[in-house]
Amino acid sequence: MATATAAQTAEPGPESGALPNVSRDELLKFYREMLLIRRFEEKAGQLYGMGLIGGFCHLYIGQEAVVVGLEAAAEEGDKRVTSYRDHGHMLACGMDAKGVMAELTGREGGYSKGKGGSMHMFSKERHFYGGHGIVAAQVPIGAGLAFADKYQGNGRVTFTYFGDGAANQGQVYETYNMAQLWQLPVVFVIENNQYAMGTSVKRSTMSRTYWERGAAYGIAGEEVDGMDVLAVKAAGERAVEHCRSGQGPYILEVKTYRYRGHSMSDPAKYRTREEVQKMKDERDPIEHVRSILLTGNHASEDDLKAIDREIKEIVNEAAEFSKESPEPDVSELWTDIVA
Amino acid sequence: MATNILMPALSPTMEEGTLARWLKKEGDTVKSGDILAEIETDKATMEFEAVDEGTLGKILVPEGTEGVKVNAPIAVLLAEGEDASATVAPTAGPGSADPEERANLAQAPVGDVPGTGDSPTTVEKKMPDPQAEAPVPATPASPVTPGGNGAWPADRLGDVPEGTPTKTMTVREALREAMSEEMRRDESVFLMGEEVGEYQGAYKISQGMLDEFGAKRVIDTPITEHGFAGLAVGAAFGGLRPIVEFMTFNFAMQAMDHLINSAAKTLYMSGGQMGCPIVFRGPNGAAARVAAQHSQDFAAWYMQVPGLKVVMPYSASDAKGLMKTAIRDPNPVIFLENEILYGRSFEVPQTDDFTIPFGKAKVERVGTDVTIVSFGIGMTYALQAAEELASEGIEAEVINLRSLRPMDLPTVIESVRKTNRCVTIEEGWPQGSVGSYIGSQIMQQAFDHLDAPVISLSGKDVPMPYAANLEKLALVTVPEVIEAVKQVTYR
Repeated sequence: MATATAAQTAEPGPESGALPNVSRDELLKFYREMLLIRRFEEKAGQLYGMGLIGGFCHLYIGQEAVVVGLEAAAEEGDKRVTSYRDHGHMLACGMDAKGVMAELTGREGGYSKGKGGSMHMFSKERHFYGGHGIVAAQVPIGAGLAFADKYQGNGRVTFTYFGDGAANQGQVYETYNMAQLWQLPVVFVIENNQYAMGTSVKRSTMSRTYWERGAAYGIAGEEVDGMDVLAVKAAGERAVEHCRSGQGPYILEVKTYRYRGHSMSDPAKYRTREEVQKMKDERDPIEHVRSILLTGNHASEDDLKAIDREIKEIVNEAAEFSKESPEPDVSELWTDIVA
Repeated sequence: MATNILMPALSPTMEEGTLARWLKKEGDTVKSGDILAEIETDKATMEFEAVDEGTLGKILVPEGTEGVKVNAPIAVLLAEGEDASATVAPTAGPGSADPEERANLAQAPVGDVPGTGDSPTTVEKKMPDPQAEAPVPATPASPVTPGGNGAWPADRLGDVPEGTPTKTMTVREALREAMSEEMRRDESVFLMGEEVGEYQGAYKISQGMLDEFGAKRVIDTPITEHGFAGLAVGAAFGGLRPIVEFMTFNFAMQAMDHLINSAAKTLYMSGGQMGCPIVFRGPNGAAARVAAQHSQDFAAWYMQVPGLKVVMPYSASDAKGLMKTAIRDPNPVIFLENEILYGRSFEVPQTDDFTIPFGKAKVERVGTDVTIVSFGIGMTYALQAAEELASEGIEAEVINLRSLRPMDLPTVIESVRKTNRCVTIEEGWPQGSVGSYIGSQIMQQAFDHLDAPVISLSGKDVPMPYAANLEKLALVTVPEVIEAVKQVTYR
């Protein structure tokens, strides 16, 4: 079982020009993918403010390194399932920004034809199984996807994402028990952003090292610095190797931070501005990669600006599409109820 | 004083059993706690311990005897100093303290005790007399009688052409056969649940299936309904076709979120991209004497949910045909069985691939004076009442809904247009019941045809009591059905 210390040592120092375990191209890819999520979410926040997106909308800003790092450890055909804070996961696994944004605006061109919304999107093609609005419901579902993989003997692994809030739900532990009992190839990813809505980890449990809870079931795991995409990728590779080699489930507790509120209607009274600002200034995951690229001379400011422009264009196109795509036909009210 | 040792009821719904083996022989001394015999029920083989001390005077039922009714004398226990010729005292033996309760459970007809040819008649007279209110007959009432002014198409009266060969089997066997056939047919079908494998099924539905299909496909789960229901939904998303057995649907309340939020809604929420082919099955409703937390009919709950299909078979034929359809259906199916019906025998068509489509009711009895609509165990009350009503000159048309979602309202409406009266029967609670929905639909679709308000008979609006007399009162009874029919026919 690896430890937090082991995970931390994988982190290259910001001053280091050497790139252990990672190529320049891969760094640029991480930069691009994290930036896409951030710009996409910022745009979604704007569209929400304009009344184009309704209901609940949970933004992923600040947590980008988690999903981008883990996707780098996944192989084609591996599955993923997550909670309602799901836009980042969809973009990271290769779903189209236009389809995601159009779902947020409730339009025909959305991944669920406008019938699912922010919290309920799926892509069989990209092996993305939701998008689940009930806290922790995706955890046994993720184990079930892994069960199907094991049953079919296809060698696939499922990434099951949930938060520190979900980690206190009973069904998580029912799932740990079965996943270990049946040696299911599932990586449980606890995205510990330190707040379940407005309740901090300190105010919700005395057992704050979430990954260690797996020990009660004999499940291996580790804590990971979730603001460092390279550390996340390295831990993801260990987890995937563990699962794919038939050793059963693995837990990654990824320490991360969300900059925005729980949802768009967050009062922001439960933490200080200073706390948020400090994280942005000192631990921003995108800045981290940017600084490695620049200080190591792996990319120039112009290179990165070009990427910024490219991303901006993708996001603007997605926003335009999400406004232009028509609302679903009224006949859609009555379709897709039963197959 | 010599006492009779009576066949024990080893489960709440046991009506008869096999006396597998005597572990004491005539003349042996018996102490309290000694194991007298092994008794095989429909659920398990169990050891039967002595309660009283004495000498085993005479064995009345030889080992190997099948179908020994609960409460039938199986041996005579002699007190000190007595010999085998001692008269059997006319006192109650174990298990007969409450004749009404025993009548309810055992329904043992007087004198119908196999293997007791030489047992004293004085003992048989002490057997509880089955009450008129004993809930259900062992076999359905009359076959469909043609006539009346409603000529139903043949497919509404039966699922196979007349003359199709049939085989007698219990509901339990029919369910097992349906699951096994589908598992042979499709490698992606598997069964999971508590005690479905090595224990052979808490109600023996899956008996023998572990042997045939192995532990990969017949999976014992920990007691973790919420978790394994969610896991099974994930497996369905992942391309498998799970059959999830809930030991009873009472426990499915722990898993309700996955049944509704994860299974039923995903197809819609995904814009048709991802469905959930899964069967949730198990006994539902009251069994016998298991009180409030284990006696609830969830038909009306599940029937409300778009995205689910909900069926409740009555006969073994329903059970087999609907189960095969359920397993092949691409949607989540709630399959509500009934513990009391498990052991009932019916004729099941023997065709290559017998299935019953969802949303198709069956007219079990043709009549002209009133329409009785029911499903599941409610059918037993409906058919028994119809028989008794016929003897009074009232011809009831009895409709077995089978599917609650989709529901075959057209058949109900068509029948009501003919009879102009309707009584619905179910064991669930009255408020928001299946019957209240049917009643409102009849009002909207056949108002001008009604000659009386629709009466929806249901379980009483109380948690299920334990006491035998109260439990009986809490459920629908045949006299209540008869009374309701007389009310709507103004007799």
